[in-house]
Amino acid sequence: MSSAPFADSTIWFVIVAASVGTFGLRLSFIALFGRIDTVPPGVERALQFVPAAVLTALVVPDLVYLDGAFALGATNPRLLAGGLAAVVAWRTENMLATIGVGMVALWIIEWLPVGA
Amino acid sequence: MSEARSEFLSGVRDVLPALPANVPFGIIAGVATVGVGIDAGQALAFAGLLFAGAAQVAAVELVGDRAPIAVVVLTALVVNLRYVMYSASIATHFESLSARWKAVTAFFLLDVTYALSIARFDADRPDANRWYYLGTALPLWVVWVGASAVGISFGSGVPDHWQLDFAIPLLFMALLFSALDDAASYVASAASGVLAVAGFGLPFNAGILVAAAGGIAAGVLADGVADE
Repeated sequence: MSSAPFADSTIWFVIVAASVGTFGLRLSFIALFGRIDTVPPGVERALQFVPAAVLTALVVPDLVYLDGAFALGATNPRLLAGGLAAVVAWRTENMLATIGVGMVALWIIEWLPVGA
Repeated sequence: MSEARSEFLSGVRDVLPALPANVPFGIIAGVATVGVGIDAGQALAFAGLLFAGAAQVAAVELVGDRAPIAVVVLTALVVNLRYVMYSASIATHFESLSARWKAVTAFFLLDVTYALSIARFDADRPDANRWYYLGTALPLWVVWVGASAVGISFGSGVPDHWQLDFAIPLLFMALLFSALDDAASYVASAASGVLAVAGFGLPFNAGILVAAAGGIAAGVLADGVADE
C-alpha cells in the first residue's frame, strides 16, 4: 500500500476540493440565514441519519472482508477483534478504550497459534 | 480584561476536557494519511485545511484503494454532511456578524465547538458569542494539527506488522456508537452495513456512497413508521 502511483497534483486536488466543499457545508446556513432560516423538515430528517449510515458503511467492510475476500467466520481475526471492540464502544462510547481493546485483541488473536 | 478576552478564555477553559480525545484521533489520521503514500506536507495541509478527521481518514482509505478522485471527494463530503445541521442550528447566533467573521466561524464548525457554544450562547451578546466560539475552536485546531504532525512524523516508521490500519475502523466504530441513539438510527446503521457488504465490489469504490444513501433512506422510512 505504500507505493504511490498517484501524482502530487491529484492529492492536492483531493485536499483542496474536500476542504473547500466541507467549508461550503459548514458555511451553508450561516451564510444564508435571513434567506433560508431553517433546514426543510425532510432534509433535516435525512441528515440526522447521516452519521449512523456513513460510519457503518466505513466500518463493516473493513471487518468482514479479509484481503478482499468475504470472511464472515472465526478465522477472520479482524472480525473477532472488531466484535470485541464493538462491545467496548457500545458500553463505554470511549474512543481510546475502543481502539485500545480492538488493537490488543487483534495482536493476541494473530499471535495465538490458532488455525493458520 | 476586555470582554472579548475574557469570553475567549472561557471558551478555552470549557474546551479543555474535550482536547485529549483528539490526540489519538489526530495521530491515527496522520499515520493513515502518510501510510497510503501521501507526503508529509500534504498530509499536514489536509489536517489543517479540512479540519474533519473522520472525513480525512475515509478519503485517505479510498486514496489507498486507488478509487477515482470524484468518489474520494464525494465520500469525504458525505461524511461531513452533518455540518449542515450544525450550520443551520447555530446560524441565528451569527446573523449579525460580518461576512468575514461568518467565514471564520464556519471554518471551525465542529461537533465540539457547536455543542459547547450552543449551550452557552446568549442571544443578546453576539460579540461575546463569537469570542467564546473562537476560544473553543482554536485550541481544537491547534491540538488537531499538532497530533496530526506527530502521527505524520511517526507515519512511515510504524512497522506493518503492528497493523495500525486496523485503528481506522475501530475509530469509526467508537464514533458510530455515539451516533446510535434511537431505533431508527439502528435501522439506518443495519441497512447501511448490509449494503456496504453487498456493494463491496462495486465499480469506482462506490459501495460506501451507495450504502450511506440506502442507510439514510432506511432510517427515514423507519422514522416514518415509528411516527404513525
